[in-house]
Amino acid sequence: MNESQQEREKCEIILRVNGKFVAVHAHGMERLLDVLRLDLGLTGTKEGCGEGECGACAILLDGLLVNSCLIPAFQANGAEIVTIEGLAADGRLQLLQQTFLECGGAQCGICTPGMIMAAFHLLSKKPHPTREEIREGLSGNLCRCTGYAQIFEAVAEAGRRGGTT
Amino acid sequence: MTKERIVGTSVPRLEGRDKVTGLARYVDDMVLPGMIYGATVRSHIPRGKIKRISFGPGINWSEFAIVTPQDIPGKNCIALIEDDQPCLADGVVNHPEEAILLLAHPDRNRLPKAVEAISVEYDPLPGIFTMEESEERSHSIWGADNIFKSYLIEKGDVDPVWQEADYIVEGEYRTGAQEQLYIETNGMIASFDAQQGLTVWGSLQCPYYVHKALMKLCDLPADRVRVVQLETGGAFGGKEEYPSMIAGHAALLAMKSGKAVKIIYDRLEDMTATTKRHPSRTRHRTAVSKDGRILGGEIEFTIDGGAYETLSPVVLSRGAIHSGGPYYWPNVRIRAKAVATNAPPHGAFRGFGAPQSLFALERHMDRVAQVVGLSPVEIRRRNFLKPGKTTITGQTVREEIDLNKLLDHALELSDYETKKEQFARHNPQSVRKKGIGLAAFLHGAGFTGAGERYLGSVVGLEACAGGSVRVLVSSTEFGQGTKTVLCQIAAEVLGLRYEDVEIAQPDTQEVPNSGPTVASRTIMVVGKLVQSAAMGIKQTLMAGGMLGESYSPEEFRAVCRSYVAQHGKFRSLARYEQPDDIVWDEEKYRGSAYAAFAWAVYVAEVAVDLTTYKVSVDDFVALQEVGKVLHPVLAKGQIIGGVAQAIGFALYEKVVWEKGRMQNGQMTNYIMPTSADLPTIRVYFEELGNVHGAFGAKGIGELPMDGPAPAIVNAIEDALGVRFNSIPLLPEDIFDALDEEVGSESKVSSARGKR
Repeated sequence: MNESQQEREKCEIILRVNGKFVAVHAHGMERLLDVLRLDLGLTGTKEGCGEGECGACAILLDGLLVNSCLIPAFQANGAEIVTIEGLAADGRLQLLQQTFLECGGAQCGICTPGMIMAAFHLLSKKPHPTREEIREGLSGNLCRCTGYAQIFEAVAEAGRRGGTT
Repeated sequence: MTKERIVGTSVPRLEGRDKVTGLARYVDDMVLPGMIYGATVRSHIPRGKIKRISFGPGINWSEFAIVTPQDIPGKNCIALIEDDQPCLADGVVNHPEEAILLLAHPDRNRLPKAVEAISVEYDPLPGIFTMEESEERSHSIWGADNIFKSYLIEKGDVDPVWQEADYIVEGEYRTGAQEQLYIETNGMIASFDAQQGLTVWGSLQCPYYVHKALMKLCDLPADRVRVVQLETGGAFGGKEEYPSMIAGHAALLAMKSGKAVKIIYDRLEDMTATTKRHPSRTRHRTAVSKDGRILGGEIEFTIDGGAYETLSPVVLSRGAIHSGGPYYWPNVRIRAKAVATNAPPHGAFRGFGAPQSLFALERHMDRVAQVVGLSPVEIRRRNFLKPGKTTITGQTVREEIDLNKLLDHALELSDYETKKEQFARHNPQSVRKKGIGLAAFLHGAGFTGAGERYLGSVVGLEACAGGSVRVLVSSTEFGQGTKTVLCQIAAEVLGLRYEDVEIAQPDTQEVPNSGPTVASRTIMVVGKLVQSAAMGIKQTLMAGGMLGESYSPEEFRAVCRSYVAQHGKFRSLARYEQPDDIVWDEEKYRGSAYAAFAWAVYVAEVAVDLTTYKVSVDDFVALQEVGKVLHPVLAKGQIIGGVAQAIGFALYEKVVWEKGRMQNGQMTNYIMPTSADLPTIRVYFEELGNVHGAFGAKGIGELPMDGPAPAIVNAIEDALGVRFNSIPLLPEDIFDALDEEVGSESKVSSARGKR
């Protein structure tokens, strides 16, 4: 396929990302992860495995927690998307970001954006999760540094302080 | 003694805010103008001569930058200890992932097809895939004898002890390869300019290792090679030596194409082609008296180095020195060797040989206990090292460590004796068999022997024109908290707030060589140097009468500002000097192997479900003496994270090999622990202090990798009454062993990967 053919197969995709409407010109089968990182420059969403195992690329798509490496761009057309960049407002950390910082929930930081998105999703469903619910809710996100304990603490602490607000 | 204000408290992680907001910049987040993308064409056979390379049809090859060994300006090698590993295979391949050619193209989506369109024809040569085949030397694949390195460590005279012994206990123990599995794969960007020289930015642990390798490969002087570490998404040793390879590849493509080149490995390439923990085999033969005292022993420690030497001699050295554990051996002979096989080179991974030899020892101690008729607790008590006694290298223990006390405390915390009794009563009536096991161990902090003296690390502290203070080190942050703790140390010494101190990005053009970020050395060795350099700043200002005995941070800033305004650049450097009491004989391998040891007793409680044969770790106590804890939250995070990786090492993570190639190089089929797989890991510190470390700190990072595997397998034996001497120990291995156990007294599992 030459470049002009590739160009023809691109289509306009409208997204609402972190509250703002954006239009991107992308190949329909492009991974949403690449649209976010390359087209929109939102590099907070990370790639760890490219096959939906690690959760480093987790985002919210219409309120659902998804691995953006598995979502083709056309499927996201018209969707409301929240990425890690959308959590802190006016320079103030979102509660989970604050508790991750305090409890040692982030070490190398590469799983952190996906982990926080998964935790955010969990708290939006269950504002005061039990240990088991946290364990279960984050089991789609791999972390090689922390052994998860300090991440659990961060999520539980955010729950105690008021959840996703 | 004054009370510390900042060290010992859990200040916020320095780069933490960027990490939790997604602003932290990793290599794949960086884009340079006109940047193109690189890919690697690799061997598909384990060993052979390259006959022909053909570029297939259907690809416009003129669009690609193509690098062959002929394009290498300097020496075709990745300089490390030896120069034996080529950057690109030149005529022969020695493992199935060896790099042969490099390609680059502006559209990264074009690369996979192009890589596939290149076919390489070989004259295959026979390969070697196990340590045993390598020892048999049916053919030589490295040097004359397939041995990268061997060591002989002798203490006392072991030959007469077999006569005196009441018992002679033998055992063979194995550990498998383990993938570091940092969540950020390896990646590098290179850019070359005839005037500026070569610059690489990447995910790496040791900027000056990469610097050294690039100088040799590209034939450039030191001042025309610049290496910059970006935020690094996990490393664990896996980014100690391999970044030199990928940096070399990116550099060659950048020089050839005249453009900036980015190479990012996908997960499969990262897992199959880069380094893993060395597989090992340890044989113990131990002479024991009837009251359970070790009279002497022979230890044979062998590791599989893969196809090139890389770091195997040093991994072997640390593994061998740790093979005697925290016990007193009046007589011992250790023979250690690293052998070659046609697999990608194995490399650094947290613990660096010690998890392998300590797995063997701590399983063996339980066996010795059984033979003598003592409990696992009692056999350890009777043999612990004590202050004044000597280690296997003849190093006198000068620390006031009381291992019996540490053991007592761990038993109490884990409720060991009660549990042991409960489980013995519970098990006959249940399909869920419970067990409890322990491991006692030590980990030496810093480079081995004279290593730190050879490194001669240098640290700088700079007072900036604006009045702030900046730490200058090549020591890297990749999750452990390097930046945070080094800034705490500087702030403490200078009487400043933590927020007043900054740290430079590791960039070989900006920072002195404070040594590699490995070997649990950063806080102890580099931290101590930061402490000295900070003292230097303070003393200069005080001697000049500019600073009084007490001052506010604001006053300090004002003084720095005026000093810099008057005198220009204000830097204080500190260089490592080996303390007089650390003496090492490299020839005989005797003396002070490490400036300090961290000591630990871990207790694991497991349940084995005889319906599924799955092992669950139900409780875990990690008790250690690590000197002064400078940051409780980070230190605890190091221990829990290390224990989690070690649980993976013991129970989940199996590399499946087929003729030197990893067959399960994906996260779907190489299984690391998830949040649902881990117990609550209970962490406890004892803090005796350490004269050689900053504010009494010792190394922490690697210690927790050493003890969990033997503690867990000891607990599994306690639960099932079956001896397992290999890890990883998967449910199918337990099933096989229990199946075969009918009729045989005990069975050694074959848990290691197929080779």
